[in-house]
Amino acid sequence: MYDMKALYEAESVAHAIQLRLEHPEAQIIAGGSDVLVQMREGKRAGKELISIYMLDELRGVSLDEEENIRIGSLTSFSHITRDPIIQKYINVLGEAVDMVGGPQVRNIGTIGGNTCNGVTSADSASTLHAWEAIIELTGAEGTRRVPIKDFYLRAGKVDIRPDEIQTAILIPKASYDRTAGYYFKYAMRNAMDIATTGCSVNCRLSSDGKTFERVRIAYGVAGPVPMRAPSAEAAATGKPVSAETVEQFSLAVLNDINPRDSWRASKALRQHIAVELARRCLLESVKRCGGEIHEAV
Amino acid sequence: MPNVGKSVTRVDAFDKVTGRAQYTDDRCPNSALVARVVHSTIAHGYVKSVDTSEAEKIPGVVRIFTCFDVPDIKFPTAGHPWSVEEAHQDVADRRMLNRHVRYYGDDIAAVVAEDEVAAAQAARAIKVEYDPLPFVLDPIEATKEGAPLLHKEYPNNILKHTSIRQGDYAAAIQEPGLICVDKWYETPTVQHCHIENFICYAYEENGRIVVISSTQIPHIVRRTVGQALGIPWGKVRIVKPYIGGGFGNKQDTLYEPLCAWLSMQVGGRTVKLDVPREDTFVSNRVRHAEKIHIISWVRPDGTYAARKLVMYSNQGAYASHGHSIVAKGMGAFPQMYPCPNVECDSYTVYTNRSVAGAMRGYGIPQAMFAFESHTEDVCRRLGCDSLAFRRKNLMPVGFVDPFSKNENYYDSYNQCLDKAIAYMDYERKRAEYANQTGPVRKGIGLAPFWYNTAVWPISLEHSSCRMVLNQDGSIQLQVGETEIGQGADTAYAQMAADTVGLADYTSVHVQSCQDTDITPFGLGAYASRQTYTCGFAIRQTGLLLKEKILAYASEMTRMPVYNLDLVDSNIVRVTDGRVMMPLADLAVESFYSLTHSVHITAESTYQIKSNAYSFGCCCAEVEVDIPLAKVKLTKIINVHDCGTLINPALAEAQVHGGMSMGIGFALSEQLLYDGKTGRALNNNLLDYKLSTFMDHPHLEAQFVENPEPTSAFGTKALGEPPTCPVAPAIRNAILNATGVEVDTLPMTPHTLYRRFCEEGLIQDPWRKEG
Amino acid sequence: MKQFKQVTFRLNGKEVSCVVDVRSSLTDMLRNQFGLTSVKKGCEVGECGACTVLINKEAFNSCIYLAVWAEGKDILTLEGLMGPNGELSDIQQAFMEEAAVQCGFCTPGFILTAYEILEEPRDYTDDELRKLLSGHLCRCTGYENILRAVKKVLRQRLEAAKA
Repeated sequence: MYDMKALYEAESVAHAIQLRLEHPEAQIIAGGSDVLVQMREGKRAGKELISIYMLDELRGVSLDEEENIRIGSLTSFSHITRDPIIQKYINVLGEAVDMVGGPQVRNIGTIGGNTCNGVTSADSASTLHAWEAIIELTGAEGTRRVPIKDFYLRAGKVDIRPDEIQTAILIPKASYDRTAGYYFKYAMRNAMDIATTGCSVNCRLSSDGKTFERVRIAYGVAGPVPMRAPSAEAAATGKPVSAETVEQFSLAVLNDINPRDSWRASKALRQHIAVELARRCLLESVKRCGGEIHEAV
Repeated sequence: MPNVGKSVTRVDAFDKVTGRAQYTDDRCPNSALVARVVHSTIAHGYVKSVDTSEAEKIPGVVRIFTCFDVPDIKFPTAGHPWSVEEAHQDVADRRMLNRHVRYYGDDIAAVVAEDEVAAAQAARAIKVEYDPLPFVLDPIEATKEGAPLLHKEYPNNILKHTSIRQGDYAAAIQEPGLICVDKWYETPTVQHCHIENFICYAYEENGRIVVISSTQIPHIVRRTVGQALGIPWGKVRIVKPYIGGGFGNKQDTLYEPLCAWLSMQVGGRTVKLDVPREDTFVSNRVRHAEKIHIISWVRPDGTYAARKLVMYSNQGAYASHGHSIVAKGMGAFPQMYPCPNVECDSYTVYTNRSVAGAMRGYGIPQAMFAFESHTEDVCRRLGCDSLAFRRKNLMPVGFVDPFSKNENYYDSYNQCLDKAIAYMDYERKRAEYANQTGPVRKGIGLAPFWYNTAVWPISLEHSSCRMVLNQDGSIQLQVGETEIGQGADTAYAQMAADTVGLADYTSVHVQSCQDTDITPFGLGAYASRQTYTCGFAIRQTGLLLKEKILAYASEMTRMPVYNLDLVDSNIVRVTDGRVMMPLADLAVESFYSLTHSVHITAESTYQIKSNAYSFGCCCAEVEVDIPLAKVKLTKIINVHDCGTLINPALAEAQVHGGMSMGIGFALSEQLLYDGKTGRALNNNLLDYKLSTFMDHPHLEAQFVENPEPTSAFGTKALGEPPTCPVAPAIRNAILNATGVEVDTLPMTPHTLYRRFCEEGLIQDPWRKEG
Repeated sequence: MKQFKQVTFRLNGKEVSCVVDVRSSLTDMLRNQFGLTSVKKGCEVGECGACTVLINKEAFNSCIYLAVWAEGKDILTLEGLMGPNGELSDIQQAFMEEAAVQCGFCTPGFILTAYEILEEPRDYTDDELRKLLSGHLCRCTGYENILRAVKKVLRQRLEAAKA
């Protein structure tokens, strides 16, 4: 049994917003795989919870009129992975969330919960950053949209106002069009693990496949929140598709990232892995874009 | 038809695949009160005061007890047989709740509440004031002058120091032309991680205390509960239902005394003590972390002139199994590679860490990592082939250990190595992988291991058995040796069926749930000894039962006993093979005869005064991604000579599990402690990296079956051995792939990154030395 | 003040209803109110998989699933696999035959995840099966015979589908 003070169950988004206003101290619970664990640990013990888990209207993936991808916030990881729209346009997101925990956790874990807890190690976060996702929040005054980089305020803290819940995550067409990417989760085990470092890279090549039109890269666990690596992106965007560019790109990430020393991994190891993952992810992204790189032997 | 040697289905399989098998929590009534232990939040010091006033106010809290309330009795916890000689008794160094706290996680208070939420709330609301003392986590540091002292009876924190001296080491190393290989090896603290946490519940009945416990050793726990509470042992009854794994952690008295005492304080009401996973890691038992120093003096021809071994074993805060673990590892040293001049010293040292106890392998996995890594390192220095070196130097056939009188009857080492290298294509790959370049490299390595079955002559070995004939010609079998998942009950049924002369093992109903009020005295599951030791008692008792059955058959048939036999559940006249009657007919007659009614039963104890070697090896192949500092285990085999296989399928399954635990020990598992506070950092199943389904390749298990001459059924140890050789085999494979000697377990990316940087395989300008 | 709620759902094929303390996990409710002791507690934080049940045909860790969320769902525990005359399902049978059971504590959860996988049999590779089963920890078997048991039934089902 969980040590909760009270449970309020939302019956609709509007009801959820009302409950938020009525119970300002209450914690939102989506799938619960983080909140309930923390409650058991004693961190959130004795708190009130607002459950939005039963709001099926927040589940599912669709394309809007402008062909932006819209992912309902309560869509579970396993449903994202299996979704045909995701598979067609942003398969890497499906692959990334398919590396969360194990199958049961991927059935309960939601993409909304994964972003709202503000954790740097979330497997969805680096890909959502690298693909410049937009967060949709719904509150008493209606909805607002926030670029994901602004949504994360600091470790464990995201931009949700007291009357809001997150209702969707959008991937703009401009972001996924002619773009392919790769996510590398570096962890100590092959399942049931959190990322020591996670790296998501995507690129768009010129029509002849010789130039990087756009390269984007984001990390989890390279700093307190998921982050892009702008120096690395600049080092590759507009440059020839070559082993040399890939090398410069991967070393440039060291200008951007700021991993810390902890018992989970040393800063030096995290830096080392960040460089290596950047290299491997870009090489794979090029391949997925139909490009070719002859690696220097 | 013989039952022994067949891969029959486990006797408990049906109940386990239907969810019907009852474990401790499944038997506990919902109305039970819930106990929660409050743990120390400092690594060393004294509890000055415990303020329970806020906690008492929480609705649902029944009573709170602190270290100031418990009886002032120190008791031993190790799952060893008691000794009637005081000098050989286990160390009694802890109370149920402790004022002098000796590790972060020590037990200082207990809440009894109506439900788990109230218990958890109360546990958080208790305020403890401490007088903190300096603490020490490292066993070598702990032996130094001025180190914090954990137990005043043990100066320099040395729980025990033992030695082996053979020949003249000092003189032998003077021989000219010797090559000296001098190295340290280190193994981590790891935990058993049985999926069922330790759990027990207790209540009073007829003025006695009953404890239902997830334990490997019910009869031993009965004694320790009596000792801890200061009550007559006959006042204690322990019941062991199915248990969700033990691996040695439950070969110890854990919270049974406290739970029993709590129940007695609340009027004998049922109190359940269900240990959370986080506490299982910290406040149960762990494997001893060891630091091992080996100096070998070897001749260029590949023979040892002299060897020296020093081992430091990190005991943690309380003695538990104590020195017996490192002593077992040390004992293997002069036996495995006999050498005329040997000096060994082992120290078991108290530190302010979680208490180390028994764990699958009992000191041998640590020893084998050091010994077999060292063998490889010696061969590297000599420039010789390590397989040939092992074949030349490993314990020869005919070797007899003067202390245990164990004899090496067969060439098991070479036979096992032969099978392993054939399966792995070892020699070809070894040559192929010799000089690789590039970021991803392959390697192959192997390691034999030493192990022995049972504990004689170090401590008592005996087993008792009771057999009862039923009306239908089936029998009940009761023994004190426990089923803990390994398949013991099935092996017992197979052995009993063959001994008595029953057609099928399903006619043997093994009483799986030991109850100290009912089950004959036996010591329980440990030392990979149950099939060996219990085999004697089953055979002896089975023959007794058969004798009684045949005597009764003689009455019924008017044939002399010597002309009768019991075969396939029939009474048979041996002179012409005629079936005189089914055993079932005899059984019914014996129960209900108006002229001679008797309940045919047999019971006997066999004291075992022998012990058997159990040898084998592991061979592993890896792929090392140097830039990622990662190892992928691609192929692995264990080969064992555990004598005659009672049930080949279950034996194979046992090996798989042991290999898996060995892989975790090699590559990923380690319980970490914060140097500043002594607190465990990763005491949960997410941060403690137990192997998952995706971290293994296929696990190949093969056997060499040389029947053990001393054994009732030709069998010997298998439960623990599979864990012993895996880590050094993988380590030697990594060495083969990269040329880097990794001497610290686990070989995680953290360890490999450090080593690859030190050896120049990775060059990162931002990495500081050290 | 304690808060209770009436929950109605399908459990092992039968419509059930009960009043539950809202603080209960699904594990608590299934064990304590329905006596379904195959639902095991190994970590209570979704890391070991011992408490796995199927909810609307997907595997969930019932320890981190609120009991009130069961409302309207179709829930299957290991007890629900047995046929009306006590027949075992093919996957239970395979666990017995392949010695995939040792201490038995992870077994109920594993069988349920396997059941989910086998409901839509595909020609999975070993690596794919390992991934599908990776939400369960086992300390006894090294996972080897569990894989064997699942593969055996998968082959049987694929062959039956062909025939």
